[in-house]
Amino acid sequence: MSEFISANLPYLLAGVSVGGQYALIAIGYTMVYGILRLINFAHGDVFMVAGLVMVYATASLPIYVSVILVIVVTVLLGVLIEKVAYKPLRSAPRMSVMISAIGVSYLLQNCALYFTGGLPQNYPKIPFLSKVIQVGPASTKMVTVITPILTIVLVILLVLLIKKTKVGMAMRAVSKDFETSELMGIKINNVISMTFAIGCFLAAIGSLLYFSNYTSVIPTSGAMPGLKAFVAAVFGGIGSVPGAVIGAFIIGICENIIKGLGWTVFSDAFTFVLLIVVLLVKPTGIFGEKATDKV
Amino acid sequence: MGKQLKKKRAPEEKAGALIAVVLLVAFYVFLFLLDNAIPTNSVTVMLIPVLKKSAIFALVCVSMNLLNGFTGLFSLGQAGFMLIGAYSFAIFSIPAGQHDAVYQYFNGGAIRFSIPEILSGVLGENAGAFWGSIICIIIAGLVAAVFAALIGIPVLRLKSDYLAIATLGFAEIIRAVFQWDGLGVVTNGSNLLRKYTNFHDIKIQIGGTIFQLDTLFPVLIATVCILIIVLLVNSSYGRAFKAIRDDEVAAEAMGINLFRHKMLSFVISSFFAGVGGALLAMFQTTVQAAPFRTSMTYEILLMVVIGGIGSISGSCIASFLYIAASEWWLRFLDSGGITVMGTHFDIPFFRDGFRKVVFSVVIMIIVLFFSRGIMGDKELSFAGMIRKIRRRKEAKGAAAAGKEGEAQ
Repeated sequence: MSEFISANLPYLLAGVSVGGQYALIAIGYTMVYGILRLINFAHGDVFMVAGLVMVYATASLPIYVSVILVIVVTVLLGVLIEKVAYKPLRSAPRMSVMISAIGVSYLLQNCALYFTGGLPQNYPKIPFLSKVIQVGPASTKMVTVITPILTIVLVILLVLLIKKTKVGMAMRAVSKDFETSELMGIKINNVISMTFAIGCFLAAIGSLLYFSNYTSVIPTSGAMPGLKAFVAAVFGGIGSVPGAVIGAFIIGICENIIKGLGWTVFSDAFTFVLLIVVLLVKPTGIFGEKATDKV
Repeated sequence: MGKQLKKKRAPEEKAGALIAVVLLVAFYVFLFLLDNAIPTNSVTVMLIPVLKKSAIFALVCVSMNLLNGFTGLFSLGQAGFMLIGAYSFAIFSIPAGQHDAVYQYFNGGAIRFSIPEILSGVLGENAGAFWGSIICIIIAGLVAAVFAALIGIPVLRLKSDYLAIATLGFAEIIRAVFQWDGLGVVTNGSNLLRKYTNFHDIKIQIGGTIFQLDTLFPVLIATVCILIIVLLVNSSYGRAFKAIRDDEVAAEAMGINLFRHKMLSFVISSFFAGVGGALLAMFQTTVQAAPFRTSMTYEILLMVVIGGIGSISGSCIASFLYIAASEWWLRFLDSGGITVMGTHFDIPFFRDGFRKVVFSVVIMIIVLFFSRGIMGDKELSFAGMIRKIRRRKEAKGAAAAGKEGEAQ
């Protein structure tokens, strides 16, 4: 066992790190799904836009100002998308909202393509995150160690927010029953905006960490991490924040171990195999609540 | 008894059907002339590829509509089935002599025959290529259908968005498997498949002259397939599909076997997606797994939505408009400016990619404000048009008569 770990340490580290990044994206999916019953296909692209904003911001601003700017812009973008593309369809069938989400994803990718001119944009090095450090026998970037810690801290804060504050209570009420909570005087539009803001805030942080491991951002950079994070959310039981985080870590680690075994082609496919197995065996995921169909 | 129950066809319906057939034949004749008689000019250069591609996408959209619009199964696996179709077509129609060149990293591959070539030996070169590619197209559809049947067993038990994400996942798995080196002797790994039969090889010989069927062939195949889907939708199976879409529980209570019908719809839809993939392979002249990603499915879905979910004619119109707008009419948006009456205006934001931005904004507007699309769930029907015109005439006549009455 210890031999296996020491041989695969770089992959395990990378897995934990990627898992943490997926977790930050997955929370956005799982919270939105919990409240709106919507797979927000545009979330992965919001994540990509956060990466691009960082690229453009650092061109003229100091790095720590850029980081703040990235977070603010991403949150605003998320809330704007909700107001423009999902709010008008609140009473429409679920399929229409999902199509609208796909349309937003298409729009964001095409806008990114236009602004970047189709060229990969070099992601700036954040000095603190890119520092190379030594973990046991393996050398790695600082971001690898920071990610899981930061993820766990943020998740604990988020869980506290959901469990202990008034906003969190409102969120839980809305996700239980949309109409009743509205009748009880909860301003559901504010709650939904808040949900999108939190999801996008975490996605922005996720993008800072994720892209620090890569050299460049392209318009489709967000699609695959987005889908994987969604799978993580389903795996953990959609609607559950801790579930999404655990699912994301499992997916991140498995994916990198598969890469380590030399099956890189299948590292993406594995995620979807896992998804299908989970959907068939336990569609509600690890921590999901059992849903009943009303006739 | 049977005769009495048979619905009498209204004269409008007969006339409508006649108009449709005449228009279709006229369209075929036009395409035939386009391939053989009309000299190439600046319009036909754009029109021909647009017609070919939109015929292919019309077929794929209709096949997706059968699933999403008529059976209510929100599936996002279309690109995966197109990929299977495209590969099956290419693999069975690469000429034996070209195998060493195409499969250069895999010792010439495992399948060393080509169906069009074998048939050419029997029927002559032109007929061989024609029938050979039709057989390969059918094989492509069948392979996609077999995959769909296997995938359908587990997946079709899922509902709405879970089904969407699971089919999307399968499409990604298929893409990964086809790029895997372990299957390289068949799929050529992540390298291109090329040199197989394409539209330019489709010719017929009438008398002593050889005619090209470049554009007519894909349109012909697509219309035949779409007609088959129309017949299916109007049959008792089609009614069962619609019943499942409208209310699963009620449909089951009425004695419709849910799983069997869902499976049927899924398999048939995938068959035609496979056929569409084969045609796309012929159109592109090379095939690679990489472009058949999720965004392709999204594009097809958006076309279906623009046309109207549940309308076959809507899907056809929308796919033509979509392809023509994105590949032809909106090209000027990428060209750095516009030329009006001979003078060129430089517009700095008209550069590469602007077309797609405008295009996706238009799509969002349609999705948000015209969510029923061009046709809603209605069909384009000439019988309906005749009826409308007649009614309007009658109303006019009645109004005129009324006025006369008042005047007296």
